[in-house]
Amino acid sequence: ARLGIICRPPQNYPLYIRSVPTENELKFHYTVHTSLDVVDEKISAMGKAMVDQRELYLGLLYPTEDYKVYGYVTNSKVKFVMVVDSSNTALRDNEIRSMFRKLHNSYTDIMCNPFYNPGDRIHSRAFDNMVNSMMMQVC
Amino acid sequence: VSLQIMELCGATRLGYFGRSQFYIALKLVAVAQSGLPLRVESLNTVKDLPLPRFVVSKNEQESRHTALYSSDADNPASYSGVIPPPPGRIQVKKGSVSHDAVQQRTSTDQQESTSPVVSPQQSPPTSPHTWRKHNRHPSGGNNERPLAGPGPFWAPFSEAQPGSSTSSDPIWSGHSPPPHQENWVSFADTPPTSALLAMHPASVQDQTTVRTVASATTTNEIRRQSSSYDDPWKITDEQRQYYVNQFKTIQPDLNGFIPGSAAKEFFTKSKLPILELSHIWELSDFDKDGALTLDEFCAAFHLVVARKNGYDLPEKLPESLMPKLIDLEDSTEVGEQTGEVGYSSSPAEAPPSKSPSMPSLNQTWPELNQSSEQWETFSERSSSSQTLTQFDSNIAPADPDTAIVHPVPIRMTPSKIHMQEMELKRTGSDHTNPTSPLLVKPPDLTEENKMSSSVKYTSGNTVTDGYSSSDSYTSDPEQIGSAVTRQRSHSGTSPDNTAPPPPPPRPHPSHSRSSSLDMNRSFSVTPGQQQAGVVAYPPAVPPRPQPSQGAGPHVHRPVDADGLISHTSTSPQQIPEQPNFADFSQFEAFAASGVNKEEGDEIETHSEALQVEKPSDSASSLRVAKGDGRVEEKVSANVPTSAGKGTTPLAPPPKPIRRRLKSEDELRPEAEEHTQKTGVIAAVLASQPSIPRSIGKDKKAIQASIRRNKETNTVLARLNSELQQQLKDVLEERISLEVQLEQLRPFSHL
Repeated sequence: ARLGIICRPPQNYPLYIRSVPTENELKFHYTVHTSLDVVDEKISAMGKAMVDQRELYLGLLYPTEDYKVYGYVTNSKVKFVMVVDSSNTALRDNEIRSMFRKLHNSYTDIMCNPFYNPGDRIHSRAFDNMVNSMMMQVC
Repeated sequence: VSLQIMELCGATRLGYFGRSQFYIALKLVAVAQSGLPLRVESLNTVKDLPLPRFVVSKNEQESRHTALYSSDADNPASYSGVIPPPPGRIQVKKGSVSHDAVQQRTSTDQQESTSPVVSPQQSPPTSPHTWRKHNRHPSGGNNERPLAGPGPFWAPFSEAQPGSSTSSDPIWSGHSPPPHQENWVSFADTPPTSALLAMHPASVQDQTTVRTVASATTTNEIRRQSSSYDDPWKITDEQRQYYVNQFKTIQPDLNGFIPGSAAKEFFTKSKLPILELSHIWELSDFDKDGALTLDEFCAAFHLVVARKNGYDLPEKLPESLMPKLIDLEDSTEVGEQTGEVGYSSSPAEAPPSKSPSMPSLNQTWPELNQSSEQWETFSERSSSSQTLTQFDSNIAPADPDTAIVHPVPIRMTPSKIHMQEMELKRTGSDHTNPTSPLLVKPPDLTEENKMSSSVKYTSGNTVTDGYSSSDSYTSDPEQIGSAVTRQRSHSGTSPDNTAPPPPPPRPHPSHSRSSSLDMNRSFSVTPGQQQAGVVAYPPAVPPRPQPSQGAGPHVHRPVDADGLISHTSTSPQQIPEQPNFADFSQFEAFAASGVNKEEGDEIETHSEALQVEKPSDSASSLRVAKGDGRVEEKVSANVPTSAGKGTTPLAPPPKPIRRRLKSEDELRPEAEEHTQKTGVIAAVLASQPSIPRSIGKDKKAIQASIRRNKETNTVLARLNSELQQQLKDVLEERISLEVQLEQLRPFSHL
């Protein structure tokens, strides 16, 4: 069961990456990067309705890789990408949604910190703790 | 000039509760031994940047203290003056201090005996600073620490001391080993670190007491200070005052917020790395609103101070720093504090010191949070001890809460979360206990703001404890602290919840009920006028008593429910006083039962009711015939009125009540009452939440819980009375039947 979380600002460079287990991290990065294209595609497709709190897609389901990629975009074009193994069938859609919501909340908390410059990598311990707890839940 | 200042500092330091004295003495020794350059270097190397900051302040303070002995006033001023100065200056001072130390050694020795009193007040900020210094130095004295620099210093120090003041030295030396060993053992293990700080208070205390044998007051002061420092995260009064002054410089309104940008600039001056500042912010911004309330600011400031002194930042906000949020659960993180603060060097010692800190924190918080804007919002919280007892924190208005109030009412701040949880629990309890109207208090409190300061890490444990005792709810402000863990606040939600659930099922002593019954009876006995008045009550009361009654024996009679509902609809949902409840509820029940009875009599739509009613009617009729013409009248009156039933609920109630008084038809009324009650309760429950919520505060929650308990009491009492009445009715019927039988017997015999 693998789970990776990454958030990227509009410039598409990662602000935060975390994956469990830690092997194949490079592959995970690659997957996330490629999924960004699909995310951007969806964003542009929406156009008018910019307020899309949540988007879920299972598009990147490689038969070999056998994992699902979920995407989530905030109003400020910050993208959250989550990669999970398909073997982890316990993860339901609403669970994914709740996880993204938690991520979003934590991200906004980080934003509130005046010492955090938007665009910096996220080093917040609170954020890490939250992500860890989430991943423990899944795995 | 700097030299002079240093001299002064050295001299005044002696006045401090021993710590500074040691520090100065050590410096002097070191200087004497190895010469200035060495000393300065060692000092500089040993001291971190944060130290300089405090050194400056301390020096200033010291000088002031010697001058005025009015520490408090000076400290804040000195602090403010200290922070702005660049660290470089501090280092310069260090060098000068060492110089001066040598010179002042003799003077300091003398001063030690003379100025023991000054210390306690001096700058809590300096105390951590001094602690650190002491850490280094004491280790040298003990020769336990491998510190290169301080080591040699210690030896001469001990030597020098005897030379300077024989009296003090022996004592000091004599005491130093034990305290050193006690407290500084850990020092030996690690370089000056926060761990030492924890021990310092104790060791310093010992030492200071030794030295200041002459002045009991000083020792007391020292003890006080040392005890207060048991909790490394506690903010002393001096510190707090200083923080408040700093806050004022940024934000004149003590009840206001410091915007994030301003806070950022301010804390950037402390020259801590941005990452650490960011972490401090995360810890201290309890309500996550991007602004710092006074409590949050104090917590953040305190963390900065600690960090500069070498303490590692905790993972979670210490309880003592938690904003006074009512969230009690969060505040119980004492254990974490101990572990988190950089007590790696002396883990053994750290925990002991920390454990006592929690209680002390709790104590300090109430004192510290004088400006508690938040207290306003959380009346309950304030009532509860700010201490770890999270309950109180949740209830009491936490500072963040007040700050939070603006944006927060919606936020899930710890206090809020707590409140929300309380609400949830209350609602849950309400469902389970029909009698408990949830007075969900605005979640303002939960913030642990300081959990930050309010150190309310108070883990869920405390919260749960708080819950268990609704009383403690008000008594434990500290618990509110668990800022960091919002989750906790959820768990900690509503101490009231835990309290209310138990009551309903509990049967209360009958005597209480009897009194209420008596009151009811007395009421009922009164003429209709009173009843009218009573009736007025019932409308208000019904929601409560009925629900409570509903909690009790539930006689499900849908038929009766109709009557009850109509009854309840007429009765405003008010929460009269408890005694009234009892009366009203009973009246209500009676009235309801009476109404039902009437309805049953006439409409007879209820099959069950009919069956019951018929026999009861007959019985009642018999009774009526036997007994009270008045009852008959009432019955008849009721009958016509009952026709209107539903329309004139008020009228029937008085009548049924009267009837009940006559102990007639009690069976029916009682049965009906039950059903009515259940129906009423349901209606009431639906309507009640709206009312309490509007008021929603911690006090209300407590009051609500109290009311619920009272309601359950009254319900039970009512049930008891009703059953008794039923019994009486049955007995009466039996007697009447027997009489009839006997009357018939003669015929049979004949």
